[in-house]
Amino acid sequence: MSDGTPPAGDELPSGDDLRTRSRTALRSQQQPTVTVLSSLLAVQDELHYIPDEAIEETATHVKATINDVWSVASFYTNFRFTPPGEHTIDVCWGPSCHLNGAQDVIERVHAELGVDGEGETADGKLTLRYSTCLGACALAPVIAVDHHMKGRMSPDSAAAVVVELKGA
Amino acid sequence: MSVAFSELRQKADSEWQTLTAGDRPWVRVGLGASGAAAGAEEIYAALTEALGSEATVSFVGSMGLCYAEPIVDVQMPGGARVFYANLGADEAVEIVGGHIKSGRANADRVFAWHGDEQPEGLDAATRLYDLPTMRPQTRLATRLCGDIDPSDMSQYIANGGYQALDHALEDMDPAAVLDEVKNSGLRGRGGAAFPTGVKWGFLAPNPAPVKYVLCNAEEGDPGAFNDKGILESCPHTLLEGLILAGYATNSSNGFIFIRQGHALPIESSRKAVQDAYAAGLLGQNILGSEFSYDVEVALTGDSYVAGEETALMEAIEGKRAMPRYRPPFPAAVGLWGKPSNINNVKTLAYAPAIIRDGAEAFKQVGNESTSGTAILCITGAVNRPGMYEVAMGSLTVRQAVEEIAGGIRDGKKMKLYQAGGPLFGPIGEEGFDSPIDFDSIAKTTGSLGSGGLIIGDEDVCAVDLTRNLMSFNQFESCGKCFPCRLGMTHMVETLERISQNDGREDDLALMERMGSSMRMGSLCGHGQLGYNPVASALKYFEADFRSHIDDKKCPTGACGDGRMLTPTHTRP
Ligand SMILES: Cc1cc2nc3c(=O)[nH]c(=O)nc-3n(C[C@H](O)[C@H](O)[C@H](O)COP(=O)(O)O)c2cc1C
Ligand code: FES
Repeated sequence: MSDGTPPAGDELPSGDDLRTRSRTALRSQQQPTVTVLSSLLAVQDELHYIPDEAIEETATHVKATINDVWSVASFYTNFRFTPPGEHTIDVCWGPSCHLNGAQDVIERVHAELGVDGEGETADGKLTLRYSTCLGACALAPVIAVDHHMKGRMSPDSAAAVVVELKGA
Repeated sequence: MSVAFSELRQKADSEWQTLTAGDRPWVRVGLGASGAAAGAEEIYAALTEALGSEATVSFVGSMGLCYAEPIVDVQMPGGARVFYANLGADEAVEIVGGHIKSGRANADRVFAWHGDEQPEGLDAATRLYDLPTMRPQTRLATRLCGDIDPSDMSQYIANGGYQALDHALEDMDPAAVLDEVKNSGLRGRGGAAFPTGVKWGFLAPNPAPVKYVLCNAEEGDPGAFNDKGILESCPHTLLEGLILAGYATNSSNGFIFIRQGHALPIESSRKAVQDAYAAGLLGQNILGSEFSYDVEVALTGDSYVAGEETALMEAIEGKRAMPRYRPPFPAAVGLWGKPSNINNVKTLAYAPAIIRDGAEAFKQVGNESTSGTAILCITGAVNRPGMYEVAMGSLTVRQAVEEIAGGIRDGKKMKLYQAGGPLFGPIGEEGFDSPIDFDSIAKTTGSLGSGGLIIGDEDVCAVDLTRNLMSFNQFESCGKCFPCRLGMTHMVETLERISQNDGREDDLALMERMGSSMRMGSLCGHGQLGYNPVASALKYFEADFRSHIDDKKCPTGACGDGRMLTPTHTRP
């Protein structure tokens, strides 16, 4: 699990850089209705997480308080507050996947990644997330690598996906 | 026909003519969520590279035959469509490429064909609509899914699209459109099955200048993917329905509300809205009429409760998706305090068919209880999982599983089905002969809900499945009402204890008591219905619970001896 320490080895962007990128993301929203939630989604699309700087920038952008922004950010489970690994693996535990063997798939993915649940691998390179449904339930069990779905998984084929990612 | 629409129509027809009977073959690669998960993107890349300018290669959405994905079809100019299924990327190039070079289908690999004339050499091949998965279907809302490129509005128009809207704006006043929907008997497909015409009737007379129609595409029910299926395969069906709803209710604005992260339906909806504006189908004076209407796509973060209609409005406003107290109801005080109406994607997607073909035609499909169709997503332990649109009441659950979905995998027995989303539980053998319509299934402990049918075989333990469903409900409680937040957590703990053979004699009674507090003490359906899965499991499968509690063993071994790998979560 992530304890909030940044992944080793990577140059972390500076606070100023995060602010600039947050602002660009906030201003690049195309849709007419801009809200706290739409702004946080735009920032996370750009930065892949919500740093403190982005919370502040969002508050300024939509004229809300820091508290308002935190309350929204902490509610929706897709938001994260530390940088993810270079690649993210989603594993589905929804009922269609569950009845088709998702628990065995998840257990193998844990073993391959050396993790015990959601979060980053020890080297910080890969992130594991649990999903309630990836929307391809007819191809259960389903996993996704950086949002690309892979269906009809078995523990072995899921392990092969992880091995390939580790090598990448 | 309005002048503006006849121009759109002419252009669309000529483009369609070029595509299907021009100088190049047309290759369609099925790309919905299932196609993508089966490798359709790799196939598309391989085919475009290999075929170059020899053929037009397009992504189309999903026909719903997920078990056969990836599916690719080839149409030689003016000819029939020839489908290939379960293709790998390498063989796709070989098979499709060979077909195009020789002009002859690869008969050994043909899955089905569709068209007026049977292609040469395919005497043994099945017609698409003779497949056991297609024959029982009546496709109204999914009529064009898998046939057209969802990103090309012209293809929708060339196939009858926006005809209903043009007809409504030219020949009908809003009240006539509303009456047609009332007379069709259409009931909401988002879960509660409320009569759509009646709901629109609450909003229509309100004279406020700004009124909203909100399309609920949150689709949080695991096991259901028909809303996303419609959006990623034929978004204009929904958009046309949303515009018709706006017209019928004299509304000014529409929203399509989708969960972030689902790239295909999001991109597809955004493109549809953008193209509709460019063609004068949205914005000021639509198709030259007096009617003006704006539509926008709004995204939500991950939250199941965001699909509840009042929480949905909070989410569009950018806040935490927590339900509001009712009354006031949304038709009086809704989004940003303005009168609003919320409908599911499928509900709205029927509107074009109702206005184009009339209320009577829609009522002809379906039964006394429910007119129209059920768009089923059959998943779990079946041979042919997929999305199938069947007339309401035309099949029982058992028939749908056996005849359409091809029965249970590995020749096993069906033990249970679970429908209506995670707030409903497993149903046993006694319920398998319910006709598929809202009222028949509601007579059991179940609900047709939005159409997901999850099938379990003899190896499933009802305690295990119920624990999975309740983990979902616990994870997704928004936390506003403490009986729901706390009740769900205790319910999961209790089920965990039972599944690990540590259950206590009074655990079942304890859960029932918690359930009744949740029902009485929760603002929205999430807490109110939260005990349902357990109640349903106990009604049909008490033996599974007793085996765990009395004999200290799982009846099938499914519960295993470990923890269930699901997250626990409380929203702070
Ligand atoms: C917890 C909860 C989640 C819901 N999620 C959805 C959903 O994802 N999609 C949906 O259409 N309706 C959902 N509903 C039902 C909506 O509140 C509402 O009844 C529906 O969108 C109305 O559309 P209809 O009249 O077309 O059925 C949910 C309800 C509850 C209580
Ligand atoms: S339940 Fe796993 S993809 Fe839907």
